[in-house]
Formats: sequence, structure tokens, C-alpha cells
Amino acid sequence: MNRIVPLSSLMSGERGEVVEIVGGRGVIRRLYEMGLVPFSRVEVLISHMPGPMLVKVNGSRIAIGRGIAMKIMVRKLP
Amino acid sequence: MKVVAIVGNPNVGKTELFNRLTGLNQHVGNWPGVTVEKKEGKYSYGGEEINVIDLPGIYGFTTRSIDEKIAKNFIVKNRPDVVVDVIDSTNLERNLYLALLLIESGANVVIALNMWDIAKERGMEIDVRRFEGLLGVPVVPTVATTGEGIEELKKAIFRALKGKKKGKKIKIDYGHEVEEKIKHIEKILERCRKDGYPSPRWVALRILEEDEDILSEFRKGNYWKDIEKLLDERIAGKIVEKRYELCSKLAAEIIKEKKEVKTLTDILDEIFLHKVLGIPIFMAILYAMFQFTFSFSAPFSDGISLFFSWLGNIAKSNISNEVLASFVADGICAGLGSVLVFVPPIFCLFFALSILEDSGYLARVAFVMEKILSKFGLHGKSFIPILVGFGCNVPGIMAARTIENESDRIITIMINPLISCSARLPVYALIAGAVFHGYTAGAAIYSMYVLGITLAVLMALLLRKLLFKGEVSPFILELPRYTKPKLSTSIIHMWNRGKWFLIKAGTFIFIVVIIIWFLSVFPWEATNGGKIIENSYIAMFGRIVEPVFKPLGWSWQAGTALFFGFLAKESIVGAIGALLGAEGEGVYNALANSNWFTPLTGFAYMAFVLIYFPCVATLSVMLREMKLKYTLLTVAYTVLLAFAVAFMIEFIGHLFGLS
Repeated sequence: MNRIVPLSSLMSGERGEVVEIVGGRGVIRRLYEMGLVPFSRVEVLISHMPGPMLVKVNGSRIAIGRGIAMKIMVRKLP
Repeated sequence: MKVVAIVGNPNVGKTELFNRLTGLNQHVGNWPGVTVEKKEGKYSYGGEEINVIDLPGIYGFTTRSIDEKIAKNFIVKNRPDVVVDVIDSTNLERNLYLALLLIESGANVVIALNMWDIAKERGMEIDVRRFEGLLGVPVVPTVATTGEGIEELKKAIFRALKGKKKGKKIKIDYGHEVEEKIKHIEKILERCRKDGYPSPRWVALRILEEDEDILSEFRKGNYWKDIEKLLDERIAGKIVEKRYELCSKLAAEIIKEKKEVKTLTDILDEIFLHKVLGIPIFMAILYAMFQFTFSFSAPFSDGISLFFSWLGNIAKSNISNEVLASFVADGICAGLGSVLVFVPPIFCLFFALSILEDSGYLARVAFVMEKILSKFGLHGKSFIPILVGFGCNVPGIMAARTIENESDRIITIMINPLISCSARLPVYALIAGAVFHGYTAGAAIYSMYVLGITLAVLMALLLRKLLFKGEVSPFILELPRYTKPKLSTSIIHMWNRGKWFLIKAGTFIFIVVIIIWFLSVFPWEATNGGKIIENSYIAMFGRIVEPVFKPLGWSWQAGTALFFGFLAKESIVGAIGALLGAEGEGVYNALANSNWFTPLTGFAYMAFVLIYFPCVATLSVMLREMKLKYTLLTVAYTVLLAFAVAFMIEFIGHLFGLS
């Protein structure tokens, strides 16, 4: 079993499976509706520390701020 | 008449599909959620007159931006006869989520599987029959950009209107735990019938998902205590998860083939969102945009200016009545001419912005600028309203609607008047042209834009510290795929935004022009038909307000002209012209030869014009978009800031020995 890490720690090109989102319900809602739900697979396209990240979920490209990316817990995929 | 609503995620080509259906051209853009107003159109099919409503792009029903509220309320409360859900074929899984929500709400859904061509290009194969069978609603592949599949869609809508069914609609099984809770709430609902909602099951689900709109209706009721007990954040999450689980399952069954390819969007994003190059590229694009705006439009502006002075001369030599001749030539022709010369640069700027927006680049700006903006308490999305504000503050303020968080949105609106709109440019150009020479004139104008942005950012920081305490709301934004902008779409887009200025020119500004003319030539005898302006009404008014502007070293005429800027900032040019008794190109020379301004006081005057009082059109849109108190606060701070900055400029100038 792979370690669970915040999405923000993933580098460009790495993939992960969302485990849970810790944070306010407003944020969770928004992310859910964009397709970032538990068990969804994300691929990090761009990650510029300390700026926002660009991730790919179900074929759509979602930009997310560094702050929320730290609250999305993912299981790193090989 | 039957009502058909068009709904879907942002950037799926909803508005284009709407245009195809109705033939009515509307605003099309790439910024997620760009369709902020209700748009209607009509078409007839099979003898049935059909009214089509284009709803704002939404992802679901629970988030709380204005756009999403509009769309949800329309579907649930107005109950359109048919709801066309536009789906991006290349992004089926995510788009299915909204489709499920719509079917669940009991709407009469027809699915338009849009961007069918792009899916095919990518080697995707979608089984449409299977899709229909699984969801139990009609599905029609479409390509809104070319019009492919529109006839079939009209046919499907017609059949849906006539009540023809496509098998059994899908029902989601949320699993034992959630279903128990749903039953429980349904029982409570039996006791307090809530009319006007789709079904008890739907209301139960909305309650469990903690939809504020629904909850607030129950909060005052007798059963709130029973309902409150059942609320659980974990359950709310579970419902969404279940739906997504189903989406993945459905997508896996419907999509027969899918290849992973590196798309053009991937490559372009590597360039435009580059860590180091991202911001310089944006700056270069911005520079090119302004260059285009000003150099491309210049000959057109010159033409308009020449035309109106030619028209004025004809009027003067052909109308025998002196007052009437003066009214037509000095009032209407000179006044309108001095304002309409700005139509070309304004339209050019909006055209450039439309190209950026329609290509998908504008959303990238939010990504690139997010880090810097968040330092000043602004949201990544705030940059779009700022950029649009350079054209006109009215659409700039309206563009703030896509920001969900109320504080972020209000801050973005409140600082927008500081963004130097194109209507202020003529005032700068006139003053800088008269008091500076060569390069310094250009630098003085450019510095106004920099000053505007700097003040806006500082104001945002101040508002965040004093009024809207707390963090900037999280940045989440879908970046649309890049598309080649279509000339016709960008022109429509430009027109929809720029027409505001023409409407202004035809109404407010026209009235101001007539008022200025009247005040500057009457009493007719005393002014000798407008020749001795010192004896006019406007001069009397100017003398009254003179003391206010005296400390800044501005003549009474300069101070008076500012009052005309309340209605529209560009009116200041016309007012200065009238007060100098000159028109067209002559105003420059007249102002240069007058002793109204020194370079220092002229520069301070330009800054004052930039900052003071939002124009009437901006005020009216602010009142519509936010509470009265924030609008009043904006008026107050802009006036105070204008005086403060003007004084500061003159003070610093004096320190350096300028006069």
C-alpha cells in the first residue's frame, strides 16, 4: 500500500488517487462538482511551488490554489 | 408557448448551440461561466413555437455563485417543458454528473452530445444507443460550431415536448444507509407538504446534501429539529461519491474506445503556464493588445473627427438662425464628434479581449497571476474583471459575477473604477498632449494606467484588512481547452460589450453635450452667441466651485469640466472644448496656449480624472451588483483618494522644484 500524501506534494507528471478532502464544506462541494471525489484519479500537469497547480481529472483541467491542494489527500500511484 | 432551457457545464458550447437553435447571435466565450444573463430566443418546429433560454454554465446544484443559483432556480422552480443538457463528448464522466442531477430533479431531459467531432478526432467511440438505454433519455450527437446534428436535436426536443418516452429513466441507488435517511425525511415531508418542488425524494436529497436554499425554507418550520438531526457531512459526501461512482460506471459502458493523446492544449499550457515565462508572456500579450488597440484604431478616429467638423461647418454655413446653427454645429456635431472618436479604440480593445477570451487564454491569466494577486487579498479570478475594466468598467464589474465568494467579489467590484477605462484615455490624451511634449506625453499617459493598477491593488489590500477580514477564498478554476477563435464569434462578442459605449454616447453623453452647449452659450446676449464664455451660465457655476479646486492650482474652467465627467468621463473633453471655445484638433492648441495647466498641475488633473467618482453607467451597474452601502463607500473613497493623490503629486512635484 502506498503512502497517503497531500496532493500539493506531488510533482509534475505524478498521479494519485483521491482518498479524502479535509477542509470546509464549501471547498469540498466545489471540488466534488469538478470531479475531485474520493477514488477519482488525478494527474499533476503543472506544479509551480508555491503557486497554483494544474491537475487533470476525467479529462478536464482544473487549476487549484496551493492552499487547497494541501487539503486534498491522495494515495500516490506508480 | 413551450419553454426549452439549455444547461450544461461551462465551456461545452452551450451558447453556440443556443445560437444554432435560434439563429439569434449571443455572447460566446471561454471563461468558465461567462453566460451571466438570461438569454432568450425563439424558433418553431412542427408548427410549435418554442422559446429557448440559455442558462449559465454550472457543475452542480450545491455551490453558491449567482450563476449557479440562476440556473438551478430556473430548472426547479420555473419547470421548463424540456431541459437540453449539453455535454462535452470528450469529457463524458464529469459532464454526466449534471445529467444525473437533472434527471433526478424530474426534468424532461434531452442530451446534446456536443463536440462530437473532437471526440471522433481523438479516436473516441461513444455508443449513443447504449447511452440512451442506460439513462432513459434521448441523446443526440451535435457539433454546435458547424451545425451538425441541430436538426436531429430539434426533432428530439419536439418529441420530448409531445411526451414521447425513451424507456425508463435511470434511478440512482444511494446504498442502504443513505436510502434509509431519504425514507425518513420523506416521512417528515408528508406531514409538511412543500409544494413547488419536483418530488419528496428530490427534496430529501437536497436536504441531505445541505442545499442552503432548501434548508432555509425548513429552518423556520416545525420539523426543523427532526431534520437537523439527520444532517451529516459524511452522508452529504457519500451521495456525491455514489453519483460519481455511477458516472464512471456509465462512462465505462458508453465509451467503447479511448486513447490517451497529447493534445495541443497540453503543449500550449506548457508554454503559457511556464513557471518563469508565464508572466513575461502575459505582459507581452498585454502590451501587444494595447499597441493594437491604439495604432489600429487611430486612422478611424481621425476619420470620425474630420467627418464631424466637416458636418459642423456645413451646418454653420447653411443654417441662417444663429442659435440653431450654434446648436447643431457647436453643440451636436462638436460634442458628439469629440466623444465618438473613442469608438474605434474601445471596439479594438474589446475585440482583442474577445480573441483572448474565446481562445481560452484569459482563464490562463488567472492561473499565472494567482500567486501575486493572493498576496494583495485578491482572488485569481479577479484579474479578468480588471482586464476587461481597461475597456470599460461596466462589463468589468459584470465579469466579477463568476467569483463565488461574496467578499472576493465585492472587493473586485469596488476597485474596478480605479482601472483606467478607455473613456478616460481621451482626457489624458488631451491634457498630456497640451502640457507635455513628445515622449513625456506618452509616458504621462502610460503612468496613469500604472497608477490605476497600483491604487487598485493597494485598495484591495486595504479593504481586505479593514472590511473583509479573513482569507481569500480558495482558487479552483477549470481551464478550458484552447480553441482557434472564430472571427464572427469574436466580433459578436466585441459588439455585445462595446455597444454599451454606443448606448452611452447616444443617451447620457448626448444629453451632457446639449447641457454643456446650452450652459456655455446662454444667456445668448451676454455671451454674444457663445463667443464670450466668461459671461455664460457655466462660468457662473464654475466660479461657485472654484474654491474647491483652487488649492490644486486648477482654473475654474478645469474644475467645472470635472462635473460633466460624472455622467461620462469622456464628456470632460467636450466640456473643456466648449469652455475654450474650440473643437476637434483645435482643442489641443487652444489648451496648450491657455494658462489652465502647468505640466505639474496638468498631471495632477489627469490623476484626479482617473480616480474621482465612477461614471453614472458604472454606478448603476454597481448598484445592481452589490449593496447600496458598498456603492456609497466606493463613491466616497474615490473622491477622497482623488484629492489625496492630486495633492500628493503636486506636493512631491514642488519638492523637486516643479511648479
